[in-house]
Order: sequence, then structure tokens, then C-alpha cells
Amino acid sequence: MGSRASTLLREEEIEEIKKETGFSHSQITRLYSRFTSLDKGENGTLSREDFQRIPELAINPLGDRIINAFFPEGEDQVNFRGFMRTLAHFRPIEDNEKNKDPIASEPLNSRSNKLLFAFRLYDLDRDDKISRDELLQVLRMMVGVNISDEQLGSIADRTIQEADQNGDNSISFNEFIKVLEKVDVEQKMSIRFLH
Amino acid sequence: MYISHLWERQCLCCCVNSVSLSIPLPHSLSVSGIIAKELSSLEQEIQELRASGTTLSSEPEFEMADIMYFCRRGVESIVDDEVTKRFSAQELESWNLLTRSNFNARHISLRLSVLWGLGLFIRYSFLLPLRVTLAASGIGLLVVLTTIVGFIPSGWTYLSEKIHLMSYRICVRSLTAIITYHNSENKPKNGGICVANHTTPIDVIILANDGCYSMVGQIHGGLIGVVQRAMVKSSPHIWFERSEVKDRHLVAERLSNHVADKTKHPILIFPEGTCINNTSVMMFKKGSFEIGCTVYPVAIKYDPRFGDAFWNSSKFGMVNYLLRMMSSWAIVCSVWYLPPMSREEGEDAVQFANRVKAAIATQGGLVDLLWDGGLKRGKVKNTFKEEQQKLYSKSSINATGWPLK
Repeated sequence: MGSRASTLLREEEIEEIKKETGFSHSQITRLYSRFTSLDKGENGTLSREDFQRIPELAINPLGDRIINAFFPEGEDQVNFRGFMRTLAHFRPIEDNEKNKDPIASEPLNSRSNKLLFAFRLYDLDRDDKISRDELLQVLRMMVGVNISDEQLGSIADRTIQEADQNGDNSISFNEFIKVLEKVDVEQKMSIRFLH
Repeated sequence: MYISHLWERQCLCCCVNSVSLSIPLPHSLSVSGIIAKELSSLEQEIQELRASGTTLSSEPEFEMADIMYFCRRGVESIVDDEVTKRFSAQELESWNLLTRSNFNARHISLRLSVLWGLGLFIRYSFLLPLRVTLAASGIGLLVVLTTIVGFIPSGWTYLSEKIHLMSYRICVRSLTAIITYHNSENKPKNGGICVANHTTPIDVIILANDGCYSMVGQIHGGLIGVVQRAMVKSSPHIWFERSEVKDRHLVAERLSNHVADKTKHPILIFPEGTCINNTSVMMFKKGSFEIGCTVYPVAIKYDPRFGDAFWNSSKFGMVNYLLRMMSSWAIVCSVWYLPPMSREEGEDAVQFANRVKAAIATQGGLVDLLWDGGLKRGKVKNTFKEEQQKLYSKSSINATGWPLK
């Protein structure tokens, strides 16, 4: 007759996560519930296999890249803090969100951080540049076998040509921001979390 | 016995309702989901992304912002997806005084703890031993009597029906299953197949309580095997050896032969192939719909307030599961017999299966999903990903007539 969630979330932890990510108390407990239900090994961390078990994610063409974004450099497990930190990028930006601490760093769900998240989906080797190869890789993941190599190559070339401003044949983060300046990033990269 | 059960049910209902009023339900705890998902399609979303982009051309071209669609969809499915939550027990809005249903470990007041302790005492020291005794006698009687009847050459159908019904009734009492049967005029008849949504092995007992069916399944060893072999002595069930299960033609042949014989009882089949948690109906395997006889759909819905009937086979073994069932308050369920359906002209087995599934889902108030219940244990097929890629390429990238630079 055992009880669930043997490692319950402590109140101090919830407060810390609240400050860091901006989620509300109830949202954090709901997401913790979700975290534990995905954690089949019941060891408090998620592995890549735990994510791949979600069918809707497994059929997403960019599924593997998205899973990668949750794991810090070179690690194979993500704990609840890391999980929440990544999800925080998708919190909607509230208009009246006052920054209580004037010297605090930018919130995780700012426009700039959302764009950085998208940028990192392209930039696999994390060298802060999207090279032609990296762009081709992502394109190939999204179109599958439906478009030929030459056509894909010319699409990549055109995209880099339009975005590149300093002539190094790759796209830096600032150039990326410029390309997407008219896109409603706040809405497109936000998920409506219920209270 | 019937009246005492009605009384028991009223008592339990009152208890649960009064208890749920006293638990302060946290206003923020919504069971309907963690997020609100956008219901727009791929084409729509990519168009919206493009509309705010910098391209001047009217033809669809790749934009760097396109990944945002896949990215958001991906993260949405990480937070809340339709499939993985069907393989674990349903969460309740208000607590029903069973520790096993207490998710999120919400705050429990002293009064509640006292009630829970009392409930624990009643359930384990009074209800459980009573039920175990009943169950043991029910199964024992079934085995003994069916074996005896097997020795009688004639008049066996009538006797065996009575025996089966009696044993199942005892088993149902042993679980304190309070079942309401609706639309009994649609009860399955000989020469047909009865299909139902699958939540637990107890589904069989619940249906067999009200009529005689021929079961289909794999022959097991141990106690279950003994029961199976005894049952088949007095009435024609279809048990397969493990090796024969893979041979679809053999299975189809035996089913067809059984159905063609009008003296034999209707076959009971669960086309989902695995236990789902009673909030949804997942893909029906087309095998039983290819045979071409009348299909009698049945919808079974359990009331989760009195006890969660779902068998999570990866978490609990059979014995553990039965003990949990017998130490819950009760198993309360509704069974709806739906009007018989047959395959129509120009409809293939898959479409027929989906039609039956939709009817069952609507009646039982369950979510109708296209996902395969086999995803509980296996990986999803790559074809679905390829479909997404194709859709994206076609609608969002015009790969012909590319302007040359």
C-alpha cells in the first residue's frame, strides 16, 4: 500500500525554483508530478530514453534536438531543476512583470533568451555560429527524404546569404536576431501554462 | 443479497461525498491539464510565422523561424502528451481516502487522517478477508463443477451455463462490484463477436456475470492454466498455445469456425490488446473485424471514486493487483450494450474498427485516440515522423522553380 513520490519536493526547493523560473507554486508541483511520471527509473533524473518514450515527441522531426536542449553540456541526466530551467524559456512574457530585483539577470523567458533557445537548436557544436553544415543538418531533419540534396543546398546558401552581414559565411547570434526581428517570438515560443 | 448491496452502495456514496466536501480543494489544482494547447495545424502556424517574416516573395520558402513551430510542439508534448498518461492510474479531483490515490501528497488535516485510519481498519480487517474467502470459494467451485460437468455427455450446455454464471456471480460479490447494465436488449447473441474497451482482467468477470461468452486467450501455466483447462471441459473456449498466437491465419480460422457454429456462445475480445486506464480508447486491432460477422460493441466505464480498477501491469503483478482491488471500497461500473454493427459495403476492416471504437468512446465518455496501445511497451513507428516531414516539405517549401542567385 505504498505511497507515491517518495522524494517529495521540499518547500525551500519550490521557493528557489519559483524565484529562478517565475513559475507559480501550483505550476511547479504539477510539473513535478509530470517529471516523476516520466522518470521510469525513479532515481530523480531523466535520461534521453525517458524523453524518447513520449510518442508525440518521437515523431517530431526535431525531437532529438529538443531533447538535447534539456541536457547540459556533456551530461546524460537532467534533474528537476534543470528540467524547470529549460521549460522556463517557454513561459509567456507578462506585460506587468515587474523586475523586483533591479540587478537581477534577465528572466529566462525574455525574448532574447527564447531566441537563444531557438539558436541553440541549430548550433549543435555550441560555437555560437550556425555554419552551413549545421543549417543543412536541421533542414534535412525537417524535410526528411522529400527534397533533394542540391535543392536543400541552395536553400541553405540563400538563407545564409540573406542573414550573413560580416561575410564569414555563417550566422552569429546577433545576425540571427536581426533576421527574426519581425517574428512574434513571444507568442510562437510560449506555452500557456494553466494556473 | 441484492438489497444489502444497494444499501452498501448508498453508504459508500454518502461517505465519499461528505468527505470530498471537507477537503479544501486547492483552487489552483486543475485536473484538466497542465497547459492549454494550440489547436492550429502545421500549415496554419507556418503561415503565421511567415506573415511576420521578411520574405517578399509570395511563394513559400524556408524561413529560419520555422523551427519554432516544431520546437514549441515538442516542448508541449514533453509537458503533457496524450499517450503516456493513459498507462497510469487516473488522477482524481477529490481524495477517496485511499493512500494509493493520493497523488501530489497534498496536505491532509487531522480530521482527514482519522477518517483515513478508520477506513483503513474497515477495509483491511473486515472487507478484505471476507472478499478473499468469497473469491477462493468462487474459483474453487468453478474448477470443481466444470470438471464434473465435463464428464456428463448430454445436457451439458444448460448445466455449464448455470455453473459459469453462478461462479462469476460469486466472484463479482467477492470484489463488491456494483454493476449497472444498460440496454440489455442489445446483449450479444450466439454467432457474433463481443468487443469492449479493456481496463483490467476483471472486465471479463463483469461481462460474464450477465451472460455466457467464449473467451479467447493464451493458455497460461499455474493457477490460471488450471482454471482455463477446467473451463474448456464444459464449454467451448478458445485457448491458444503461445506459439500459435503469432499465426494470424490460424487465429482467424479458429475464430471464424467458432462463430459459424450458432450453438456456441459469442466470443469476447478486447481489440486494444492491452489494459488502458479507462480515460480513453486506443487503437483497435483489426483482426477481429476482418472475420465478417456481427459485432456487438460494449462500453465499460468504472467510477474511479471507489477504487481504481486499472491494472498497471508494469507496476503490479496479478496477485498484488487483486489484493488492491479487494481492499478498495468497491468497484462501481456501468456497462452499456450498444446496438450490433456489421461491416458496410466499401468499408475495410480498419475503418470498421474505427467506427466501432468511436461508438464505444462516445457512449462511455472516453477520449477516442488513434494511438496504438502497444506504445505502452514498444516504440512508435517511423512512418508518423515521415508523414510530418512530408507535410512540412509540401506545404512550406516550394522546392521547384527555385530563383537562382
